[in-house]
Amino acid sequence: MADFSVGAQIPELRVTPDKYLTVRYAGASGDFNPIHIDEEFAKAVGLPGRILHGLWSMAQVARAQTDAAGAPGALKRLSVQFRGMGVPEQEVVVRGTVREASDGRVLVDTVAEQAGNQIIRNAEAELQV
Amino acid sequence: MPVNTKAIGKTYEPTTYAVGREKIKEYARAVGETNQVHLDEKAARQAGYADVVAPPMFAVVYSGAAVVPALFDPEVEMNFAMMVHGGQEFEWGPLVVAGDEITTTASAKDIYEKDGRGYYIFESVSVNQRGEQVCRGTWTHIVRGV
Repeated sequence: MADFSVGAQIPELRVTPDKYLTVRYAGASGDFNPIHIDEEFAKAVGLPGRILHGLWSMAQVARAQTDAAGAPGALKRLSVQFRGMGVPEQEVVVRGTVREASDGRVLVDTVAEQAGNQIIRNAEAELQV
Repeated sequence: MPVNTKAIGKTYEPTTYAVGREKIKEYARAVGETNQVHLDEKAARQAGYADVVAPPMFAVVYSGAAVVPALFDPEVEMNFAMMVHGGQEFEWGPLVVAGDEITTTASAKDIYEKDGRGYYIFESVSVNQRGEQVCRGTWTHIVRGV
């Protein structure tokens, strides 16, 4: 289990969504919004191209917590704000810092970024460790 | 144009989702889980779980189907062309494992306007077959230029 004392950083999570990730995530999650899976449609509505599902990016924020704690049941609450747009084939980096810790109840402030752009900000995770 | 607030407090028809083992594995692979309790029933059982464990964010799969009708409710009048999913919160109870049946009820929690944007906040409450609350979700959608 990672260090969950106040001020500690949880282990960084790095993941690069491959070209077809959004297609697999669409199938796994049931979210087939074409902005995630159809390059031409995405461009036609003014996006640079297909964008990542925000909830996939949120799942990376969640995974950073459960990997750090070593158990899926440790994550009790997670709130995030979606900002910017994640894109396939570019590394996503999730970083978290412990803000509060008492009696095994831990709050971790987390962000997810891609090439310096925050795609998830003000993420707050509550863990029982 | 002010936002229409008449749907606040409205509750939608519950949905029940049967959690499948292979669906959990498919989801776990798509989000890059490496913990074998999500991918292999033997590893899950060795770790003390009844079956493959759903990653916490699998909540989007079992609760999403209940939230969609709320988003599309004509009484909510949400302009999808100008909408973004602004924020999301989940609060988890006991873990969900393959074989569980999860019933989710969605409601329109709050609708308001602030600085020219419409905020549409929906809540989903999910319980398992034993009546335990496994997840409460708060889904915030923001519509520009209301």
